[in-house]
Formats: sequence, C-alpha cells, structure tokens
Amino acid sequence: MIDIVFQLLVFFVFTFKIVLPEGDFNIRMPSASVSRTSLPSEIPLLRVRLRATPTGELARVQLGDVTLDGEAPFAQLHGKIRGMIGDAAGPGSTEQEVEIEADYNLKYQYAMNAITAITGYLDDNGEQHKLVERVRFSPLPDAP
Amino acid sequence: MRIRPKGDTGIVEGDLTPMIDMTFQLIAFFMLVINFSDAEQDQRVRLPASELAKPPAAPYEQPLTIHLTKNDHFIYAGQELTELARLKSELLKETQILLRHTSKKLDEVTVIIRADQDAKVGLVQEIMQACQELKFEKFALRGKQSEIRTIGGS
Repeated sequence: MIDIVFQLLVFFVFTFKIVLPEGDFNIRMPSASVSRTSLPSEIPLLRVRLRATPTGELARVQLGDVTLDGEAPFAQLHGKIRGMIGDAAGPGSTEQEVEIEADYNLKYQYAMNAITAITGYLDDNGEQHKLVERVRFSPLPDAP
Repeated sequence: MRIRPKGDTGIVEGDLTPMIDMTFQLIAFFMLVINFSDAEQDQRVRLPASELAKPPAAPYEQPLTIHLTKNDHFIYAGQELTELARLKSELLKETQILLRHTSKKLDEVTVIIRADQDAKVGLVQEIMQACQELKFEKFALRGKQSEIRTIGGS
C-alpha cells in the first residue's frame, strides 16, 4: 500500500502545473466589409486615440479632440467615460461604442489599460460594474 | 542473573506512521489543486495586467489561441512563427478543418489572443485583421488578473 501511495504522490507531483489566473475582454469585430454595411447607430461613436513615443511608451491619450494630460491619463479617461455613460453603478451601456485608435508600435499594456478604463470598474467591495460593452480597434491604415 | 525479555531481538524498527500521514496529506493536497484544464499558457508571454480581467463564465467551445511574444513572434498550435504570412496560412488550414469537421460557423468561434504586455498593438490588430479576413468575429483579449488598480489614479 505504501508503494502505491508513493506512486500516486509521484504522479501528482509530476502532473502538477501552476495555472496563473487569467481573464478576457471579449470584443466582437466583424470584418470591415460587414461592419460598413450595418446601419449607423444613433449614438455617436467615441474615439480614443493612443499616441506612442518612438520606443512604444505612451505619449498621450485623447478622447475625441480632448487631450488627457497629467499623471494618470487612463484614470481621467475612465472618469470622462463614466461621466458620459452616467452608470450610477447600474448596468453598462449596450449601445455606446468606443473605437480605439492606437499607434502601431504602442506597447499592448497601454491598450489594455485603455480597454480597462472604458469597459468598467471595481467598486470598494470588489464588485465589477460595466460601462461600455462595445469596444473595437480602428482598422489599420493601409500599408504605404 | 538478569533475565532478558523473550521478544527482544535487538532490531529497532522506526515508526512509519508520521511519514505515511504526511504522504497522505500531500496526496490530498495535490488532488485538490490538480488542474486538468487544457488552458493554453506560454511562459514566453507576459500578459498585461488588468483588474477587470476575469475568467470567462463558461469555457469557449473549440477556441483558437494565438500567442504574440514581445519579439514579434507568433505562437500557434505549438509552433513559433516569425512571419504573419505563416500564421495566416496556419489559420487558413485550421478554418478548413473547422468547416469540414464541425458544424460551427467561423463567426461563432472565439479567437483568444494572448499578447505580451510589451508587444506592439499594431501586431495585435494585424492578427485580428487576418482572422477577420477568414470570417472570425469573436475575439478574447487575454490579460492577467490584477489585485491593484492598473489605470492609475485613486
């Protein structure tokens, strides 16, 4: 019995793998030809621009024509989006759509920060509240 | 004359009970934490952190997972690919398999993108564009869960 117990132990030790907790942001992006034929929404599209330095760091964030300067541009972006959606901790907006237009060489972490700022927030109890559910990337400019 | 007890043969046996107890506890621990899920993870990719990245409520059906490293290499189906054209060709093969052997439509298949936090956003968009050309529509941008606020501010 002890032999089998040890064999079991060895099996579990070798099959043990550490799986880090991961999560997803789900976005639905039909191809450009399909999306162009869809009916225009009544709610105007919000455009978030992420500009990069030559090294891929974040240079600035723009919401529409407004540049968000300062220490925490994504926190400001979040505040502005939250002000526009007026969620009052209720469900997010299913109609409002946000398009992210990022520079090609920008580091992906900044795009993820922008998506986090746009899509929701955690309250003091750790509960998640949604803001904008429809987020997409702008189409890449055609290669020169 | 001193009489020795009859059963004393001079062999000392260790008490194995604590060791067996410990072994059983280890087995119980590993049985509880073992994970048989086929979650595709790759140590070459360091995911961007987000406090809102939560695991999906239900597992995706037959998802496609594409990894993007910070060196602009794509990892798909265990192969490290250095060119987008090769990734496109692998995806094309996969779509043919999906269409032939399953009843699922391609716009219902989720493409999981695991991109490194230092990868270029443009390359992530190129992956999505390549998938869109093959009629995939659903994307899951994967991040690692963070306990701290990642967007700054208070």
